Amino acid sequence: MMLSLSSSPHLKRQRNTGQVMRLVMYAAIPGLIAQTWFFGFGALVHFAVAAATCIATEALIVELRKRDVERTIKDSSALLTALLLAVSIPPYAPWWLTVIGSVFAIAIVKQLYGGLGNNPFNPAMAAYVMLLISFPVQMTNWAPVASLSQYEESALDSASIVFTGYNVEGYSIEQLRSDVDGHTMATPLDHLKTALTTGETSEEALQAPIYSNGLGQGWFWINMAYLFGGLLLLRLKVINWHIPVGVIVGTFAISGFFHLIDGSVYASPLFHLFSGGLMFGAFFIATDPVSASTTDKGRLLFGAGIGLWIYIIRTWGGYPDAVAFAVLIMNMGVPLIDYYTRPRTYGHRSEHKSAIKRAEDRD
Amino acid sequence: MTLLIALIAVAILALIFGLILGYASIKFKVEGDPLVEQLDHVLPQTQCGQCGYPGCRPYAEAIANGDEINKCPPGGEATIKKIADIMGVEPKPLDAAHGQEDIKKVAFIREDECIGCTKCIQACPVDAILGAAKQMHTIIKDECTGCDLCVEPCPVDCIDMVPVETTSKTWKWQLDAIPVKQVETQ
Amino acid sequence: MYNEFKTIIDRIKQGKLWRFRGGVHPDGRKSLSNTHEIADIAIPNRLYLPLKQHIGVEGVVSVAVGDHVLKGQKLTKSSNPFFVPVHAPTSGKIVGIEKHVSAHPSGIPEQTIIIEPDKKDTWAELKPLKNYDAFPKIKVLETICQAGIAGMGGAGFPTHLKASPKKGVEFLIINGVECEPYITADDRLMREHANQIRQGIDILAYLLSPQHIVIAIEDNKPEAVQALTEACSDSADISVCEIPTRYPAGGEKQLIQVLTNREVPHNGLPIDVGVIMQNVGTCFAIADAVLAGIPLIRRVVTITGEAIDRAGNAWVLLGTPISHLMSQAEYHAKRQSQQRMIMGGPMMGYTVASADVPVIKTTNCILVPTDKEMPPMGEEQPCIRCSACADACPAHLLPQQLYWHGKAKEYDKAQEYNLFDCIECGACAFVCPSEIPLVHYYRQAKADIRIQQEEADKAEKARERFEARKARLKREQEEREEKHRKAAEARRQAMDKTDSDAKDKIAAALARVKAKQSGSQEEAPKTANKPNDKVAAAIARAKAKKQAASESEANVSNTQNGGESNQPPSTNDKVAAAIARAKAKKAQRAEQENTSIDTNTSDEPQTSNTASDTQTEKQDRIAQAIARAKAKKAAKQQFERAENKSSSGSSTEGQGAEASMPVIKDEVPQPTDTAPLSESEARKQRVAAAIAKAKAKKAKAKEKQALKQADNLKQEPDSPAVSIENDINQQPSAESAPADPETIKKQKVAAAVARAKARKAAKDAEKLNEQNTKDS
Repeated sequence: MMLSLSSSPHLKRQRNTGQVMRLVMYAAIPGLIAQTWFFGFGALVHFAVAAATCIATEALIVELRKRDVERTIKDSSALLTALLLAVSIPPYAPWWLTVIGSVFAIAIVKQLYGGLGNNPFNPAMAAYVMLLISFPVQMTNWAPVASLSQYEESALDSASIVFTGYNVEGYSIEQLRSDVDGHTMATPLDHLKTALTTGETSEEALQAPIYSNGLGQGWFWINMAYLFGGLLLLRLKVINWHIPVGVIVGTFAISGFFHLIDGSVYASPLFHLFSGGLMFGAFFIATDPVSASTTDKGRLLFGAGIGLWIYIIRTWGGYPDAVAFAVLIMNMGVPLIDYYTRPRTYGHRSEHKSAIKRAEDRD
Repeated sequence: MTLLIALIAVAILALIFGLILGYASIKFKVEGDPLVEQLDHVLPQTQCGQCGYPGCRPYAEAIANGDEINKCPPGGEATIKKIADIMGVEPKPLDAAHGQEDIKKVAFIREDECIGCTKCIQACPVDAILGAAKQMHTIIKDECTGCDLCVEPCPVDCIDMVPVETTSKTWKWQLDAIPVKQVETQ
Repeated sequence: MYNEFKTIIDRIKQGKLWRFRGGVHPDGRKSLSNTHEIADIAIPNRLYLPLKQHIGVEGVVSVAVGDHVLKGQKLTKSSNPFFVPVHAPTSGKIVGIEKHVSAHPSGIPEQTIIIEPDKKDTWAELKPLKNYDAFPKIKVLETICQAGIAGMGGAGFPTHLKASPKKGVEFLIINGVECEPYITADDRLMREHANQIRQGIDILAYLLSPQHIVIAIEDNKPEAVQALTEACSDSADISVCEIPTRYPAGGEKQLIQVLTNREVPHNGLPIDVGVIMQNVGTCFAIADAVLAGIPLIRRVVTITGEAIDRAGNAWVLLGTPISHLMSQAEYHAKRQSQQRMIMGGPMMGYTVASADVPVIKTTNCILVPTDKEMPPMGEEQPCIRCSACADACPAHLLPQQLYWHGKAKEYDKAQEYNLFDCIECGACAFVCPSEIPLVHYYRQAKADIRIQQEEADKAEKARERFEARKARLKREQEEREEKHRKAAEARRQAMDKTDSDAKDKIAAALARVKAKQSGSQEEAPKTANKPNDKVAAAIARAKAKKQAASESEANVSNTQNGGESNQPPSTNDKVAAAIARAKAKKAQRAEQENTSIDTNTSDEPQTSNTASDTQTEKQDRIAQAIARAKAKKAAKQQFERAENKSSSGSSTEGQGAEASMPVIKDEVPQPTDTAPLSESEARKQRVAAAIAKAKAKKAKAKEKQALKQADNLKQEPDSPAVSIENDINQQPSAESAPADPETIKKQKVAAAVARAKARKAAKDAEKLNEQNTKDS
């Protein structure tokens, strides 16, 4: 019998990486329920596909890299990536889209950079952007919210559409997406963008049936659900408040500014905050610790930057929603942000400035 | 005419650049040979000669003149890496022909065997051995670089290279390297 | 930022404190050990007192093994200001002063005084300083220092240094926070001995004259707060402050921030912000030392953890091994899958390598947790940059960056992120979801950086010494050349006056050449090439002449080796031959003298025996040394022999070396059987052996370049000189041995002859040497 030696501290908080990841997933449940409520079971079907693909890919690559497969899978990070990707993909997108996205997220974005903790970009968002660029048609096939759709949908229908392109009764996606008049229904953000190009004012555009009270029908509630989940994460101290607050304040500030300048062209801040994937992005995507900033000031900056980019791309860019792009752009800036927002160490005076100066002198 | 203008223009440009270069060469003049200084600074200064040069500075000069960077066993991999950084080349493994990286040692004279021949004193590159003819010699432990050069000249082989003992001050927190004792159980 | 004294006082009086950034809330588990009174523990069978139990220097042991010491007796002394003595914790016998496993995370053995208690507990005479305020402060400080008091909170900084600040003290903070989980030693001490702590505070107040005294206690110890509030109720200058429970609120820097919102500057001390902090345990010990004269020989230690049945606090004598405490507290090894004992708390304590580790002045807790209580660290997982560590860090550091750079050994980067401001509190590793032992990485990085720094300093010193040596050698060389030049000049002048026979002519030529050469050497080396040809020719002539002269001398004095003058003389061979001859002669002489003294001593066995015990020993060693030299030589000889064939000069050398061999051979097998040799004989043999080896080496070196040879020859003048001195030294000892006068006379004559020869040989060697130097 030997005395065993270990380094202090000998006590530790009982929360490991896997638990953190799973807590994030649990917090996403309200949003997932809302999404299913408004858009059918598509998201769940995609989640099943993505989860299987992500875990299989991760296992395969970790095996190839000769690391401990069981331990890697147990940290649940692949599962979380699968969830984030699945809820971002349109519910009626074909199954192979999810498979390609999952493989890309895990193999290229995560494992090729060295696995968990080493990826500079958020795997789910990088995969989403890749899919959006490569398969623009399939990736923008958002079905109308269930209340506006002329068809009732079961889980079976959703699965059938995802895997075959037709629901059980044989309607194609295109048919499912049309309203009673046969017009294809776009997402609120999409519709607003198109309407503005045809010369309508934002107020006029927001009168369309997909909106209610100036907010996208269904989308408002989905965003509220994710907001709720996000607050839960804050309460459990899984995430810090800095990034979500940064995103929300950033979006609010810039959209408010332009709305005040010309309310007829620029939608209200509230519309932006509760449209698309903003709340989901603010609480679940941007807070991905691996690819986000790590200092308090840096996190605020990072979040505000995302808010800014979301608005810029939504308003003037070529894509209706922009959470993924905004996050990826800010991911690129993280090392710089971290470097210039180092906190002042206890007992030092304006430390980071002198440290930066030292570093520059040395180089 | 056009030709002339072109020629004049080129001449003027040449003059301007020439002046700039001339000014730069004065303004940014490099004092001495800082490369050798830098290299000398990263070498371990054991002056052991294992690289084939009589001391660290000559080897630094040799590297600056294009010699291999992997000839310094006392410095080992860390030094090679630093030299590679300075020279802007890829680090390479230590050249085994010059010896192997070893734990740090210092020389120790078994004093009752020393005959006082002063040969080791003459061999020591850093004057770390005290003694006089026919007097016992001893090594100033703190000054010894562990270069090994005094071992060979000793006629009675009374010099040992002893590994530097780890104390609690020089301990590097290798927890798995502590010999652990057993304790009686109840 | 920097709060004025008045603001701080106002806030303290109102109970409105500041907060430090970061921190964690581990489960305190204090009730495990704080419910019982501080117990007394039986005196153990052995006490292990390390010489150094504080930060500073260790003293010199002032007792010896076998001494009987009394309780409280001082065991070490030193005049270094960073020294505090250790005392005997009980009366008993010193049974050892040796290396013993240390109370340090490394467990590296350190010098330790081992006492076997006689269990009588007899006190030494104590010298209390009852009315301390009648004495000058320096006297009180001296008392505290001599009582061996060092900070008992954990760091162990000598208290007398901390109690004699150079600047004015605004706040004296008495640290009773005890923020580490499990530990309750200070808690119990405050509850039970509040009055004595108060006395200690008064002494410190006398020494420091602070403007205000704050006693800080975490709000999870209401009883202690109560006790101290009562003990200090009569003084308006003392406030007892309850501070919120949060680890590490008891850290010096953190506590100062909580109470004053001042930050101790980087590389600074608390006194830089007008604060001095002392632990409650230290206050208690100060009162003991000053008012009762009792030095620091015991302390309160919390013995806790679920692997023992009788958790609690106890008065433990310093030096008590943990194993003794374990047996007293009913330790159950079975409750741990792997035995693990932690000295200190669960956050900053360290696992000990052995149960023989003693309790020292800074030991406040022995923690023996079960596996369930403190599961062994799981496997390290990749950092996900969640920065929970940064949120927990009380020093405002970025632990994840430090970890990243520390692991990659990018130490300059790590230092840029202020690695050395880390207080190793362990809050970061506590919260890390990836179970990364962050603090361990920082410690390793810190140790590495410190050692690298030391090595860089050492390398710099080595470089300086190397260059100084080079400069010295150059200077000596120049001086030598200057001397030679002057000598040559003098000779030339002398020769100019005398008639010129053939010899003089050559000598003159040589002198000229030398003069020229030294002249040309002073010039730039480029120009030296042309004259060198002429110079070389002249030198060759001169050498040939000199060789002839020295050979004739040798032939006259030494007929045995006469044959060699027939050998074709190459200059190098000649030099070697001359030296070899001198040596061979000496060796022979040594042999003769050996035998003569052998006979002397065999005539008078008693006299030599009386003097010989130590000599025999020495001789053994000499014999060993010779044997080693021989072994070395034997290896070389094989190599040499091949060379000897090609070089006649070196073959004679080989003979010379061999000639000395029989002497050694006779001696080696039974050095104790033959009558012991006199001191000088022994020395002579050593010299002979050394010379033999030198010769063997030279033969080998001969084949090498000319430069090296010149160096070897430069060393040669030593050996004849040595032999002369030996001869002289030999005289008294030969006389001291009673022998018949004729033998003595013979010896004297032989010695005189030898001296003359040796001198000549030396002269020859020097001359040749000189020429060789020029030659090369």
